[in-house]
Amino acid sequence: MTTTEYNFAYLDERTKRMIRRAILKAVAIPGYQVPFGSREMPLPYGWGTGGIQVTAAVIGPRDVLKVIDQGSDDTVNAVNIRRFFERTTGVDTTTRTAEATLIQTRHRIPEASLAEGQVLVYQVPVPEPMQRLEPRETATRTLHALAEYGLMHVKLYEDIARYGHIATTYDYPVLVNGRYVMSPSPIPKFDNPKMHMNPALQLFGAGREKRIYAVPPYTPVESLSFEDHPFEIQRWDTPCALCGATDSFLDEVITDDQGTRMHVCSDSDYCQSRQQADSVAAAPDPATDAAAVDGVLA
Amino acid sequence: MYVAVKGGEAAILASYRLLAEQRRGDTGTPELSVRQIREQLKLAVDRVMTEGSVYDPELAALAIKQASGDMVEAIFLLRAYRATLPRLGDSVALDTARMALDRRISATFKDLPGGQVLGATHDYTQRLLDFALLAEGRQQAAPAPAADAGTPPASVTPRVVDLLNQEGLIETRPVPPGDPAPVDLTRAPLRFPADRATRLQNLARGDEGFLLAMAYSTQRGYAHSHPFVGEIRFGSVELELAPEELDFTISIGDLEITECEMVNQFAGSKSEPPQFTRGYGLAFGHCERKAMAMSLVDRALRADELGEPVEAPAQMQEFVLSHSDSLEASGFVQHLKLPHYVDFQSELELVRKMRAAAGGAGDHE
Repeated sequence: MTTTEYNFAYLDERTKRMIRRAILKAVAIPGYQVPFGSREMPLPYGWGTGGIQVTAAVIGPRDVLKVIDQGSDDTVNAVNIRRFFERTTGVDTTTRTAEATLIQTRHRIPEASLAEGQVLVYQVPVPEPMQRLEPRETATRTLHALAEYGLMHVKLYEDIARYGHIATTYDYPVLVNGRYVMSPSPIPKFDNPKMHMNPALQLFGAGREKRIYAVPPYTPVESLSFEDHPFEIQRWDTPCALCGATDSFLDEVITDDQGTRMHVCSDSDYCQSRQQADSVAAAPDPATDAAAVDGVLA
Repeated sequence: MYVAVKGGEAAILASYRLLAEQRRGDTGTPELSVRQIREQLKLAVDRVMTEGSVYDPELAALAIKQASGDMVEAIFLLRAYRATLPRLGDSVALDTARMALDRRISATFKDLPGGQVLGATHDYTQRLLDFALLAEGRQQAAPAPAADAGTPPASVTPRVVDLLNQEGLIETRPVPPGDPAPVDLTRAPLRFPADRATRLQNLARGDEGFLLAMAYSTQRGYAHSHPFVGEIRFGSVELELAPEELDFTISIGDLEITECEMVNQFAGSKSEPPQFTRGYGLAFGHCERKAMAMSLVDRALRADELGEPVEAPAQMQEFVLSHSDSLEASGFVQHLKLPHYVDFQSELELVRKMRAAAGGAGDHE
């Protein structure tokens, strides 16, 4: 495949226009799921086709694209999607959150704050937050229309009754702009507060389920909770073993056969930026750095 | 020490190379040509065209070659290609009564106008491995006898349902007022409730295995159906366009298709006398199993419209139509291969917390 065989960003202009119309409607009704004529993309459904179609519809030649999966720019799926857009658009790509105008993500929101003018595109597997409770779309559509979210609150209440706390750790439902309950996509609930009043435009694409929705800049996004059981995010007892961050989402890595673990930032750009900043600030002494890390491992 | 995982791109490129080697197999064996696949694996080509929604035997054969014979993958390749094609216009509705028939059988009438034409079928083969085929490149098909499996059909062969209709025994499906254009599922999302034209489009593209299982379930008590094969016909039919600027139609070629009309019992209702109802199946090329399964599922999905209770999965629109597409199903099932570190990390933390609360047994930390 070369760029000459396919249109800029793969999709034809009519399809892009259809998708942009869906996006405009989604922005006008924050949190509402807009059906759209999702196309078969050259990547499988469930692997980011919704996000890819949204990105393809909004990307322009001067955009700078960043693609992450699980917070990292280097996992195979992120690499694959970034290559797809490099081949079909020729735009510049980056791993730096601050340098990107357009960020496509799966399962994370970058740790670094986003700015006005940036667009964050989420890949969404299941756009309907109540699908596991009510699989029929005709029924959930009515519940959304009536803003009848008792089903979801009962589910959360049953968690509390059974476990003493809400047992949802990712894809934690949010109320957008005080109106629609929305799936934030399977980001950890740790990331939910970042959606609230974010200066960036947040777009959500579900290719297989053929839905697009959006959270416009500076929109209130509230994680569902109860007065006596307020929403809480995950916390770790240890800092990142590589950069020492205490404010980021940490992945657990098993480092030997005995099950020794270390915790490192899931956001690879955030982690590397912090390490570089450290090595510039302190006179570089790799030996002590390595020793310090080994100390953590041991 | 641990460093963040890098090298995804190199791994992907290496994987491409290995895949190409696997596809080619032993280079001492001559390479399979697209033409050979098209000519000698016709039924595979037909299935890929049907579920890929593109009538192009050459591209379907190419997709099968590229996919190393993985049919669902080949269908995916053809669909992705199809998504980039412009839609130039609508054809005139096919007139299947005017098909040039290669095969035509009815299970409802012993003989009927146009006759029974057995044609090429596996139906009455005895499924014994033919070891003669192991001795490759020697055998030649025996020349067809002058009078073969059936009599040559007339140019117009009336359809069984039309014959039943002469007595008013079968429901008719008049064209709705204004003949509204059907939804194009390749351009617009599936919405529920879906009308019959939309459902049939979905079923035509649906996975053969899924439809077969759903159809089978209707025969085993999950949705009572009492079906008879009114007719299965396979052959080629002319595809015509009626350009707006012309006042006549032009033929743009012939399509090979398989059509199945299933005839089902219907006890009647307060407003309608007892009569037979219909289920419909249509596929590109020779795909009888698919066309039959499709017609059974089509009939089951009409439960609502005919006032039958909707109790079994095969009668539930959202169940059948949301899960019939092999691309959607295969993609989402296989996406579980993708990294889920972050979600799993969140669950790990939760399970540890819940175990600690329950007594802290076996906690590593």
